[in-house]
This record gives sequence, C-alpha cells and structure tokens, in this order.
Amino acid sequence: MWSFFHKLGSPRWFYQISGRFLPWISVTAVSLLVVGTIWGLAFAPEDFKQGNSYRIMFVHVPTAMVALVGYYVMAAAGAVSLIWRMKMADVVMRSCAPIGAAMTFLALLSGAIWGKPTWGTWWVWDARITSMLVLLFLYLGVIALYEAYDNKVAAGRACAVLSLVGMVNIPIIYKSVDWWYSLHQPASIKLTEESTIHSSMLQPLLFTAAGFYLFYATALLLYIRAELVFREQNTRWVRDLALGKRD
Amino acid sequence: MNFFIATLRRELQISARRRVELTNPLFFFLMVVAMFPLGVGPDPTKLAELAPGIIWIVALLATLLAADGLFRTDAEDGCLEQLLVSHQPLYVSVLAKLCAHWLVTGLPLTLCAPLLGLMLQLPSPAMTALFGSLLIGSGVLSFLAGIGAGLTVGLARGGMLVSLLILPLYVPVLIFGSGAVQAAGRGLPFESHLLILGAMLLLAVCLSPLAIAAGLRISMDN
Repeated sequence: MWSFFHKLGSPRWFYQISGRFLPWISVTAVSLLVVGTIWGLAFAPEDFKQGNSYRIMFVHVPTAMVALVGYYVMAAAGAVSLIWRMKMADVVMRSCAPIGAAMTFLALLSGAIWGKPTWGTWWVWDARITSMLVLLFLYLGVIALYEAYDNKVAAGRACAVLSLVGMVNIPIIYKSVDWWYSLHQPASIKLTEESTIHSSMLQPLLFTAAGFYLFYATALLLYIRAELVFREQNTRWVRDLALGKRD
Repeated sequence: MNFFIATLRRELQISARRRVELTNPLFFFLMVVAMFPLGVGPDPTKLAELAPGIIWIVALLATLLAADGLFRTDAEDGCLEQLLVSHQPLYVSVLAKLCAHWLVTGLPLTLCAPLLGLMLQLPSPAMTALFGSLLIGSGVLSFLAGIGAGLTVGLARGGMLVSLLILPLYVPVLIFGSGAVQAAGRGLPFESHLLILGAMLLLAVCLSPLAIAAGLRISMDN
C-alpha cells in the first residue's frame, strides 16, 4: 500500500499509473455529466419563479465548487513541494493553476449568463461574485508569477509560497467581502439559498457536481502528464515512450 | 533584539541619505488624488462621498509602487546575500526592514492623508477614522507588499507583477479601511473596523516575514 504512494512520487511511475486510471476516471466523468445534464435539462421540474433559466445551475454550481476546491489542491501540492521538495508535487501545483483559473472563469461566466434573465443584469457586486472574482485574480497571479521566472524550479517554489499565502488569505477575503456586502445593503437581489433546493433539482445537481469533480481530475491528470513528458524530455523513459516502446 | 535595532537603524540611515526616494511615494499619492476631481468633477458632495475610497485606493497603489524597491538595491549590491548567509535569523532582519519601510512610506502617507481628506471635502468627523485606519492599515499594506517584493526580487522587472500578486490580498484591508472612514462620515461607530484592521496587522506582522524570508531564499537561489 505504502509503496504505491511512494511510487507516485516518481514521474515515470506516475505517468504509468495515471495512464491506467485515466480511462476509468474520464469515462465515469463523461457518463455522470451526460446523465446529470440530461436529467437536469429535460426531466427536472421547472422553477416556479425563474422558469427554465435556473437550469444553468447544473453547470454553474459545480464549476464554482471545483474552482474553490482546486485552490486548496494547488496550495496543498505547493506545501508538499516546499516541505519535501517533491518533483511530482511541483508538477501538480503548476498544473492546478490554469485549470482552476478556467473553472473560476466558467463559474463567473455561467453566473453572468444566469444573472441576465434572473436579475436583469450581467454583473452585480454581490459578495459571492466578488469573492469568486478575487479567486480568479489569485489564480492569475500564480500563473503570472510562474511565467515570469525563467528558472522553472524557482518558479515552482515561488508559486508554492504564493499559493500558501493565498490560502491563509482566502477565508479572510471571503469573510470581509461578506461583511462589506452586508454593510452596503444592495436593493433587492437575493441569491436563492442552496439548502432550500428541492430534491428533484438536487439529485441531478449531485450528478453534475460529481461529474465536474471527476472532469477536473481528468483534466488535471492530462495536464500533469503533458507537463511530465515536457519536463522529463531528456530522460530515457520519455524517449522510449516517444519511440513507441513499452516496458 | 540588538540585531533588530541595528538593521532598523541601518535601513533608516540609508533612506535618510536618499531623500528623493523618500518623497516620491508621497508625491505620487498627492498627484493621483489630485487627478480625481479633474476626472469626476469638482462637485463637493460627490467628492466627499468618493473620498474614502479614493484615498484608500491611492494609498494601496503608492505602497505597492514603493515596495518594488524594498529588496532590489540590497539584492544588487550583495547585502541580501550577506543577510541570507548570516547566522542571524532572516525572519528578524526581514521584520526590521519592513518596519523601516513602513516608517518611511506608510507613516508619511498617513500623516498626509488628512490634508488630502480636506482637499476632497471629507467631513471632519471622518478625519480621525481616516487617520486611524491608515495608521494601522498601511502597516498591513507594507507587510503584504513585502511578500510580492520578496518573491519577485530575482526577476528583471518586478513592478507590474508585484501589483498583480498582491492587490487581491489587499481586498480585506481596503474593505475595512475605507469602511471605517465611510462609517465615521455617516456618524456611525467605526472602532470595530479599526480593531479588525489591528487583528490583520498582528497576523501580517507575525506571518508575512515567514513568507518573505522563504520568497527571498527562492529568489536568490534562482
């Protein structure tokens, strides 16, 4: 059992093991997403206030959840790479940033599209939207810092420090944005509470949420594998891989 | 403690010998604030309403610009390497450098702010809140900006990047800082805002030197 985890620290083994898991994860992700989407779009009941427009929730809520969790994955990988200097953790952290940024952007975009018919406006300075925007900025900062360094080892460690700083700050940012919002008391807009959602809408949402988590895992693994091959391009196993040799 | 005081004194002496660099952030602060009435119009009620936000946002930008040079000259002349290899803890020297940095940028900004408040027609009850919130908040700003400066000191161009990295972290300070001034302007109590800013200051003073020290080591390894 332990040797399995130790093996994951080696780029070559990680490449092989992830290659074995990838088909399962991706097929499950796609089937969950297909079931959840068809259920949500065609069979879930219409919302009595928002009509059919609420159905974008089946994309919006999962992307927002994954975007937030993705930051913690990135920061955890960063911590591991700083403390134990693990090559793999560095690759994971580097791969988390663009995918997380894309998820955050999707959440903001789908939120804007949802907001137009529901609130009559594309953008509101609501607490959650603002925090998501700040989260996007944090992701973009990590990417910008990584690209600024020519030495990619130093870049990875600098980004690890930055993502840890961000992780300490995220709860503070969230709470303060919450407080700022309640101080401002904007006119009439209320987000529907997620806990009051009816089970006929919650069940397809759970499917798409699980599907998006697995989709995130798939995208992350693909990115990690590409990054691994790029970084290890001068090693024998990558050369064998490129020549089509199996071992 | 002796080491802390020695580093602090050294930093202050260096800044005292480069007076122009000392006043640059102040002039920046003054000039950008002066642009706002030109941009949004001189209507006193409108200016008074916008004043807390304007002054706070310009203070954020001024500290960020000033922070870019925080470790750069030391990195160029080799002092930073000496600090890294010395047997004194890097945490303490970073803490001393940041305290010195706050004394020569954050504190003058705070002292100038009431004047700018007057120019922007900020109501007089809000002045105490402006002064108090900037006094505490500019410390947080300096310590957070230090993280960006430490992470980018090894890079050829840091300026814009520091802002991109650090501005998201400034969100809470901005909210409570300008919130205090706005609350005071409406005659509401603002002490709770200052207390939260104080809590942020304590957290920043304790934790950010750790991140800055790690960032400096990474940057100098590069």
